[in-house]
Amino acid sequence: MDAKNVKYRLGKSYGFQILTYILAFACVVPLLAILIFILKQGLSKINWHFLVNVPKPVGESGGGIANALVGSILIIIVASIIAIPIGIMAGVYLSENKKSRLAYWVRLSTDVLQGVPSIVIGIVAYFWMVKPLGGFSAFSGSVALAIMMLPIVVRSTEETLKLLPDSLREAALALGMPFHRVIFKVIVPVGISGILSGVMLSVARITGETAPLLFTAFGNPYLSTNLTKPMQSLPLLIFNYATSPYNDWHDLAWGASLILLLWVLFLNIFTKIVTRKWKVQL
Amino acid sequence: MDTSVENGMVTRSDLPLRVINSTPEAISKAKKRAKRSFRQIRTENVFKKTLMLMGLIMVILVLGILLTLIVQSLPSVKALGPKYLWSKVWDPVQDIYGAWPFLLGTLLSSFLALFISIPFSIAIAIFLGEYHPKGWLPNFLKNTVELIAAVPSVIYGFWGLAVLVPIVRSFESAIGVDPIGVGIFSSSLILAVMIIPYAASLGRSMINMVPSHLKEAAYGLGATRWEVIRSVVLPYTKSGLFAGILLSLGRALGETMAVTMVIGNTSLIPKNIFAPGNTMASVIANEFTEADKPVYLSALIELGLVLFLVTVVINLIGKKIIDRFTNE
Amino acid sequence: MESTIIKSRNFNASFGSNHVVRNVNIDIPRNHVIAVMGPSGCGKTTYLRCINRMHELIPGATCSGEMKLNDENIYEMHPIFVRLKIGMVFQRPNPFPNLSIYDNVIAGYKLNGIKLPKAERDRIVEHSLTRVALWNEVKDSLNKKGSFLSGGQQQRLCIARAVAMEPEVLLFDEPTSALDPISTSTVEELFHELKVNYTLIIVTHNMQQAARVSDKTAFFFMGELVEYDETKTMFTNPKDNRTQNYITGRFS
Repeated sequence: MDAKNVKYRLGKSYGFQILTYILAFACVVPLLAILIFILKQGLSKINWHFLVNVPKPVGESGGGIANALVGSILIIIVASIIAIPIGIMAGVYLSENKKSRLAYWVRLSTDVLQGVPSIVIGIVAYFWMVKPLGGFSAFSGSVALAIMMLPIVVRSTEETLKLLPDSLREAALALGMPFHRVIFKVIVPVGISGILSGVMLSVARITGETAPLLFTAFGNPYLSTNLTKPMQSLPLLIFNYATSPYNDWHDLAWGASLILLLWVLFLNIFTKIVTRKWKVQL
Repeated sequence: MDTSVENGMVTRSDLPLRVINSTPEAISKAKKRAKRSFRQIRTENVFKKTLMLMGLIMVILVLGILLTLIVQSLPSVKALGPKYLWSKVWDPVQDIYGAWPFLLGTLLSSFLALFISIPFSIAIAIFLGEYHPKGWLPNFLKNTVELIAAVPSVIYGFWGLAVLVPIVRSFESAIGVDPIGVGIFSSSLILAVMIIPYAASLGRSMINMVPSHLKEAAYGLGATRWEVIRSVVLPYTKSGLFAGILLSLGRALGETMAVTMVIGNTSLIPKNIFAPGNTMASVIANEFTEADKPVYLSALIELGLVLFLVTVVINLIGKKIIDRFTNE
Repeated sequence: MESTIIKSRNFNASFGSNHVVRNVNIDIPRNHVIAVMGPSGCGKTTYLRCINRMHELIPGATCSGEMKLNDENIYEMHPIFVRLKIGMVFQRPNPFPNLSIYDNVIAGYKLNGIKLPKAERDRIVEHSLTRVALWNEVKDSLNKKGSFLSGGQQQRLCIARAVAMEPEVLLFDEPTSALDPISTSTVEELFHELKVNYTLIIVTHNMQQAARVSDKTAFFFMGELVEYDETKTMFTNPKDNRTQNYITGRFS
């Protein structure tokens, strides 16, 4: 093994290392491009007026996205009310019944549900909610989004609780605690940071979901708080206005994109802080 | 005992022995406590059933989705038969339905996106898993990757429409194809960015699991860093990396909004990768609310069923590989 | 005359097809300290966990035979009642990490939703912590989390938590094996104090500990109860060969 050979091999090693660095950091470029462009386009559009007014008809400039903001918040709140209790309890079920037959199928179903394309959820929610209720409604949109939240909440709850030591559960049971109190007073409080982070990630995820809302909440150019009627949401507004041919509407969509982006970023950062802060030291 | 739980009657045996021969107050206090415990036990039984029911909901949801898709696509299956999937013409006005343009569009855009994204996601996985697991720079990269996954797809679509499509258009006129801009190539580029995080983060955790004694053995033989990566790390993690790529593919196949906004939405068979087209997801998004005939709607749902089955199979295979890898 | 508090007849326990406790017959007298010793894997911990029905929490675990508390079959009672009457302290200290020291002591009441007046709670906390000789050490930091205490203090906190429920029997599963020698001797001193009000059953693999703290000793070997006698007799004049071998250190 002569020195020249070693030099060649080392050179090759460094070469690949540099190539890896370049490729790895290349992904920063599109993200930055998107963030900067949206910031540039959106920042000038956002003001108080933009947040509290509804969109103006075609041809009039100005207007805001109040209807979409209110709609998004309402739809997400209702979706969370549906999905969070079911998701956490299903997660608890999985962590408490590691080997049962039903748990195997529940786990498999959760995996399947996690991979279902959002547009398919939209179709199904249309047939489950919109058709029987006789029309597009915000509530049907919430159901569709709740279905998308469920697997994330279930999995994060299960993963968190699975890591808690058995001694914790035994300590509680040995004090004569009934099972539900062991869960609600001991297991869930100790695992709360992991469960919460899953919940918030799922909220962040559905905040940007558009496809399941296309055939359910449908969208609405006016401010509406009626859950049984069509309702606007941020991503729907962005989709509809971005693909329209009008510049005024594009402006609205840029403003809305920036708001949506900030919201999602905030949720992600907030999740990290809360997860760290609420972590119970075992 | 079980009967006393049900009817709430406290018997002597439910009380602590030392209470039984003591004051009446102590006895009544103990009785009260025992009654409380009966209530708790009843709640406990209800709670256990509730938990099971919540788990069952997940199974019911999946079966319900599958069943709904099958039932709703029956009219199209009956009317069009299996050749629907490879018929080349989609013209709902003339009642002609063929899914081939969408299948082709989906496959083209997803695989193109996958090929573009693989080198980047593997590079990220190697960088974070092997070269620099800790420090501010890898933290920055990790956060970047997480952000890429967090940006809503409708924003990717809007940005693609406003920024990427014009760039692709000038690129297209430079190489001499029809400068349309929107099309399969543009949507593949957007998709490629969107799916990087899935393979990258999974690959990273797989590379982290490579036992250090294996790497040390190779270093001990005088291998360079790259040789260790190529001959120890990558072979050890290849099934995991493959699973990550599968999950990315599943994501790409089902992605709707970003693709819908930049793919051009035509139902013609794409002539080349720069031509406009449609994917299964995008044609559903575009035409679902316009489908005025039962067979038309049902044909769209059949596409949804195909999409569902394909993504489910891909995801389950990916998960199986990961499970096997992590259990080893 | 001493009365029997725990009585088992032909008691068996297994994990799946693994038969770990075989035909155990034992009478445990009230207000005594009973040591259960034997080499590891002899079924002593499993037997202990059968007494307050913790054994059945493990998937695949089964048991049969008679196990009586005050002449009432434990396996015909609801496990919650059994565990309220028979407290347990585990091998590793396991205070609730999300609760303060104060709340850890009254965890059995607080987490069970039993509402007590503040004065009563304070009394229970002080009384229980005093019983385990921890009051003076922690009375100024009752609101700190239990996990900040040292290992020995945590274990005494766990004993206080069990004592606070006023059970009739206290089970200890190798309570000092995770502790340093000084903490161990503090905990051992507690046993003498506690037997005035409670019956203590202590599983230990440490013969010296068994000899130091117990009134009676049970020797388990390969799932069987080989010998059960006054501790003094057991260590000076064992009847069974296997006991003889064990206490002279021929296998461990």
